[in-house]
Amino acid sequence: MARPRSHLTGEPIDQPDWGPNWEDDLAGAPERCRFDPDLRGIEQQVEFAFEQTFMFYLPRICEHCLNPSCVASCPSGAIYKRQEDGIVLVDEEACRGWRYCVSGCPYKKVYFNWRTHKAEKCTFCYPRIEAGMPTICSETCVGRIRYLGVLLYDADRVKEAASAEREQDLLRSQLSLFLDPRDPKVIERARADGINDAWLKAAQDSPVYKLAVTWGIALPLHPEFRTLPMVWYIPPLSPMLEPLEAKGSLDAAEVLPAIDAMRIPQEYLANLLSAGDTAVIRRVLLKLAAMRMHTRRRMLGLPEDPAYLEAAGLTAGDVEEMVRLLAVAKYQDRYVIPTARREGNPNVARAQGAASFDELIPPEGLLTRARERRPQA
Amino acid sequence: MAPPLPGGRRDVQEVVAIPRTSGLYRSLAYLRKGPLSAEGWSEESVRDRNWERVYRDRWQHDREVRTTHGVNCTGSCSWKVYIKDGLIVWETQETDYPSLGPDTPEYEPRGCPRGASFSWYAYSPLRVKYPYVRGVLLNLWREARKGGQDPVAAWASIVEDPEKVKLYRSARGKGGLVRSTWAEVTEMIAAATIHTIKRWGPDRVVGFTPIPAMSMVSYASGVRFLSLIGGTVLSFYDWFADLPIASPQIWGEQTDVPESGDWYNAAYMIIWGTNLPQTRTPDAHFMVETRYHGTKIAAVSPDYAEYVKFSDTWLPARPGTDGALAMAMTHVVLREFYVEHPCDYFLGYARRFTDLPFLVLLREASAGGKAGYAPDRFLNMADLGLEAERAEWKPLVWDEGQDKPLAPNGTIGYRWDGSGRWNLGLESPDGKEIEPELTFLHGPDGTLPVLFPYFGDGERQVLLRHAPVRRLRTKDGDLIVATVYDLMLANVGIARGLSGDYPKDYDDPTPYTPAWQEAITGVPRGQAIAVAREFADTAARTRGRAMIAMGAGVNHWYHSDMTYRAILNLVLLTGGEGVNGGGWAHYVGQEKIRPLEGFSTLAFASDWLPATRWQNGTSFFYFATEQYRYDDTKLLDVSSPLGGRFANLHAADMNALAVRLGWLPSYPQFNESSLEVAKEAEAAGCATDEEVARHVAERLQKGDLRFAVENPSEPENFPRVLFVWRGNLLTSNGKGYEYFREHLLGAGGHILAEPKDDPGLHTVQLKEPAPRGKLDLLVDIDFRMTGTGLFSDIVLPAATWYEKHDISTTDMHPYIHPFTPAISPPWEARSDWGTFSEIARVFTRLAKEHLAPQQDLMMAPLLHDTQAELAQPLGKVRDWRTGETDPVPGRTMPRFFLLPRDFSLVYDRMITLGPRAVQQSAKGVVSSAEEAYGQLLAALGPSPAKGVPKGPSLADDRNAAEAILRLSGTTNGRRAVAAWHALEKTTGLTLAQLADGREQEFFSFNDLVAQPRLTITAPTWSGIETHERRYSPFTSNVDFGIPWRTVTGRQQFYMDHEVMLDFGEGLPLYRPPLERPPFPKGSEGPAQERPQVTLRFLTPHNKWSIHTTYGDTLTMLSLFRGGPVIWLSPKDAEAIGVRDNDWVEVFNRNGATAVRAVVSHRIPVGVSIMYHAPDQTVAIPATAVTGDRGGVHNSMTRIVPKPTHMIGGYAQFSYGFNYYGPCGHQRDEFVVVRRLGEVRWLVD
Repeated sequence: MARPRSHLTGEPIDQPDWGPNWEDDLAGAPERCRFDPDLRGIEQQVEFAFEQTFMFYLPRICEHCLNPSCVASCPSGAIYKRQEDGIVLVDEEACRGWRYCVSGCPYKKVYFNWRTHKAEKCTFCYPRIEAGMPTICSETCVGRIRYLGVLLYDADRVKEAASAEREQDLLRSQLSLFLDPRDPKVIERARADGINDAWLKAAQDSPVYKLAVTWGIALPLHPEFRTLPMVWYIPPLSPMLEPLEAKGSLDAAEVLPAIDAMRIPQEYLANLLSAGDTAVIRRVLLKLAAMRMHTRRRMLGLPEDPAYLEAAGLTAGDVEEMVRLLAVAKYQDRYVIPTARREGNPNVARAQGAASFDELIPPEGLLTRARERRPQA
Repeated sequence: MAPPLPGGRRDVQEVVAIPRTSGLYRSLAYLRKGPLSAEGWSEESVRDRNWERVYRDRWQHDREVRTTHGVNCTGSCSWKVYIKDGLIVWETQETDYPSLGPDTPEYEPRGCPRGASFSWYAYSPLRVKYPYVRGVLLNLWREARKGGQDPVAAWASIVEDPEKVKLYRSARGKGGLVRSTWAEVTEMIAAATIHTIKRWGPDRVVGFTPIPAMSMVSYASGVRFLSLIGGTVLSFYDWFADLPIASPQIWGEQTDVPESGDWYNAAYMIIWGTNLPQTRTPDAHFMVETRYHGTKIAAVSPDYAEYVKFSDTWLPARPGTDGALAMAMTHVVLREFYVEHPCDYFLGYARRFTDLPFLVLLREASAGGKAGYAPDRFLNMADLGLEAERAEWKPLVWDEGQDKPLAPNGTIGYRWDGSGRWNLGLESPDGKEIEPELTFLHGPDGTLPVLFPYFGDGERQVLLRHAPVRRLRTKDGDLIVATVYDLMLANVGIARGLSGDYPKDYDDPTPYTPAWQEAITGVPRGQAIAVAREFADTAARTRGRAMIAMGAGVNHWYHSDMTYRAILNLVLLTGGEGVNGGGWAHYVGQEKIRPLEGFSTLAFASDWLPATRWQNGTSFFYFATEQYRYDDTKLLDVSSPLGGRFANLHAADMNALAVRLGWLPSYPQFNESSLEVAKEAEAAGCATDEEVARHVAERLQKGDLRFAVENPSEPENFPRVLFVWRGNLLTSNGKGYEYFREHLLGAGGHILAEPKDDPGLHTVQLKEPAPRGKLDLLVDIDFRMTGTGLFSDIVLPAATWYEKHDISTTDMHPYIHPFTPAISPPWEARSDWGTFSEIARVFTRLAKEHLAPQQDLMMAPLLHDTQAELAQPLGKVRDWRTGETDPVPGRTMPRFFLLPRDFSLVYDRMITLGPRAVQQSAKGVVSSAEEAYGQLLAALGPSPAKGVPKGPSLADDRNAAEAILRLSGTTNGRRAVAAWHALEKTTGLTLAQLADGREQEFFSFNDLVAQPRLTITAPTWSGIETHERRYSPFTSNVDFGIPWRTVTGRQQFYMDHEVMLDFGEGLPLYRPPLERPPFPKGSEGPAQERPQVTLRFLTPHNKWSIHTTYGDTLTMLSLFRGGPVIWLSPKDAEAIGVRDNDWVEVFNRNGATAVRAVVSHRIPVGVSIMYHAPDQTVAIPATAVTGDRGGVHNSMTRIVPKPTHMIGGYAQFSYGFNYYGPCGHQRDEFVVVRRLGEVRWLVD
């Protein structure tokens, strides 16, 4: 019979009191949800009552922010953002275990390894990304909820974007950094900066660009942290309470007001995804609801009803494309990842393994020029 | 924008002649500044990034291997396992399933976090690495074998010495397993098996292994061995209560459901008690995607389960009341879509594909002070004196045109009369087209008061409602008939202006209105109406594309079949079955062995012998663990006020009746060895099978020979040797776990209630004291140490799913894909095929000295899909024991026949595909496989066996897999076509086109390794599968007119078997859960030491494990709360002073355990949820109430079989393995919960 033991000390624990998914599926919620900061402003409205139960899952990884506070908080300069793909990494050789990054990340996504005494974080599976493969969390997600793609942005305007005065303006200011990959001026400048066709094409086909910019149905997590996070979320279209119980129909006239009566309070989603701005949430939910109205009517052989499309600011074409990306979602549509550029490697032949022991056997003498002893590539 | 290439620092590495890896280089580089950007906030670093290799190395590997996870999960996901430095390092999902087409989501990626933690097992501390035997027993064995004593004699010297027996049995579960060798343990096992065969008979050797589809070769290994020696093979699907008994009742089909990709075709989906995101994790995305696609989703669940969050509306029906909600929804659908605004599509479907137009005889009846008529059995040709083959088996409909009853094609009589008219063509015998009348509402004979049993208030009542009838003149007098449709409407309460106990409107709380259900389920009537209306409206607009996904939440109850039938009303009445995107989707424990014929041949050794001892699990364990003596359920309480013939029986007596009438199997068979019975018959001069059968029947009638089931506590009737492999019988699915320990094993259970002195048994005997320990030997074969291993006498090391060859299929997707070894089995592990081959080899060596070739007297029930399903006409019960009829083997009682057993050939047969394989059969369709047999001989080479005729070699698991693929229609196109041609003969239909374009396809094992393959449409299954079309059950019935395998050949609402009627279950209706208090009346239970609360006890599937598997991996344990828990509502927790994460003890009459509480408002008041199955190996301390270690979830459950699940000999109500038989449901229980107090681990 195995007892629970501490991962840290190996000592038995009679009553473990925390774990990675401790509150999964609202476990212990009545006691602990009162401390949920995302409930601010709606404490009176949300009762932890059976009839009003709501929940949704929010898988969180490192945001690989444009303005990463972990990088800024590291006294050793061990954390950096890769210029070729924006992935934020902790240099495990340079980390000195200060742990300022742990408290410096508002998303709590840097962890301290008590055995190595170094910080660790999500690496965005860079060895896979470099090979043009999706991250493990994306490829293995059975909900097929994750999309990966390239976004071109103006790095010189990051400070300006993060400095928007009102928290509610941060979404707009971050969106303003993202460059239209089909804009000829952007293409021209990108080429000049050494971005090749493969990367440009990937940016143009990016599912992320469509979700975040074209349709605006994906939102940044806690934009008010001002780190300009780069993992965005489509808010859940939760069960609707009132209208269905009364009439049980999905007519546009009934559903549009129903958006406001959803089981998950809009305020809660706004506290998570739009710095408290419920108008943003409502806009996204309208689009998602309109998409469902449209497809449902088509499924039942009913004529199109332009009312909900107009209300959501979408065309039938938009909706068809949204359904394709969200529902049909083929592998190659979800992940559009150009491979890393290695052709500039000056020692490509060696990297290919032409003389495979070079890296393993130390050069003879500290000051000998290693290059002289190497066969010319 | 910054340049994307890190080319700018070439100068650094070239100028400085210090190796880049040195610390000096790094610290120097640290001093250099790179170019700044973003107003100085960003610096382009010049330092190298060589450290990044750490992660690249971490994820680099040497090899990827395609394999999967077997047993216990129906996911059947294809996985990539990564090998690095010769070790299994991790796994990810394969993403290369064949495409479903441009407009449909794909299956990738299939898999879940549980499967992704599997690699942990390979080298874990739980791994069984060597053969183990409990030290006490091993010492006895070594002592007995001293001086080269014969192994069989040695075993006998132990098990025939009561002192020794007590010594090693009572040591079970108390540790002390020590390492042995394969040679030693196989000899012990072989000796025990041979001794048992000699002393008691081969049917005392028993095997339990669950669902084959997800590793069919491993399943087949031990089952083949047992089949060859005449051992008993236990069923699992009914035992798990996953078998939806309603399915064989309605369709004559065990279970057939849509692949998950078909959800995307649904236009409306009700998810009803099956937690798709949690238990169908790899498939749940289709549910979300189809929502985007326009599908509306309603969820019925007592708690705010995970699937509720994905739905548009939530109907929180109280646990176990789902049938009431479904009946009210049926009421709405019938009233609005059949009576008020008839929907042509629904009516047309009902006429053609259901029994609604069939005629039912009415008989005079009275109950509860009301008099009238009661529905009886179907009217058939013989009733009207019409001449025909099998006339009693040809029920009738009323033809509108000729205004008289006619027998349409396709009823079960046509299946077996050789006429070739077993099809759904609405034709009478003279070839005229039939237009079946649904109702006699406007007929000339008026209405009669009809009595319907009603149980909704927890009492036995009757409803009196008038129904339209017709009178038929016959020479024996008038017959009164009604259509099933009219009876349905009356029962459901659609008045149509008729008199009787009909409700006025939806708000009238008379059964079965929306207002009536509101009081029972708690679901607002408006919501019930809205969802029913919307469901049917969607189906009407889309021609049946409305689906209901259902599972354990509604199926694990005593009256699960009635709940299912009530729910299935909805999909049948809306024409959803046999339509893509429509119909039922039963998802619990279901499985589809797509290559069924090849699998059955291999597993049941039908390539050598024609019969296996198939035993239904629930009955076996009910008696073997003595739970029947504790069963105080009164059948009177569940019987119909209009019936009562069986109401005074105990469920054990009912089971004994089922055995002697040939309905259910029963092994051990007799109080004598089946070998001795055969010898005795021979000695008595019986020469033919018929004479032997008659002789055995006479002995049984005289009472000179007894059925073992009639005296389960006599040692002569004990099972003796039990093999468990691929499963965790004791701590995962052992309902009444404490009874298993106490009575089957003699290892001490913690049963908190005394058995009743007189449980009211009539034919089944009780012997006092109750036996404590029946098994001589329990062998567990597993790769990890489970609760079963802990209590076993011998534990053998099995190869994991990453270490062997096998194949996997499922209901959930249409593909077949392989297991391949990522590494060779480590330590001393072996594949199951290897293990049983070795056991067979040693067995055979010893058998040559101990067992002569001889005859075995087989007893078998009347089987479905054989002519025996016509054994007992009219569904009437005639007991030969009471003289109601004569004992006629194969008709009024089981079949008896001789089977020659040559024990000296067991090994040779085990490893050789035998000559009988040239004929393959599945579900009554028999076809030739001669070509496939020849190809197999060429592909696999001849077996090395010398004692048997030359045949393909089955020497290893890979060969076994190839044999299955070659012999089956779903994987060999030519076999599919042959089987379709065979079915054409019985049906008179053209069917071979169903396999069009795929005749030339055949999948070898290597083909599967390259990519999962889409299986081929074959008559083994009722659905059509092509690259363009998703699998949905019964599409070949609906599209091609193949009958269902039922009395009427149609989907049946009405069940006319006498026992069904006696228990009031002729028509679908609502039956409330059994109200079983935690302690029986008159027994207080343990003293109340602190505040306690009594709660309903629900045990659904776990999020962080698949049964006990994965729940013990470090990863899964770390994810949630580090051990087993029970979920409580805040109110109930507060009442007993419990806060979230506090320890509690949970107990009732059956046993106790101690776990931590999870308090959440998503749980309704009065309900507790303990995700099954926490194994006893992890984090369970002592309970205060027993003072000993807590048990598992099944410590608080017990087997209570339902009599209607035992019937047989009548069309679809005929026995099939895992097809019919009482279910081991476990939801009708209550438990007491209170604070635990001191946490004692009972370890040093």
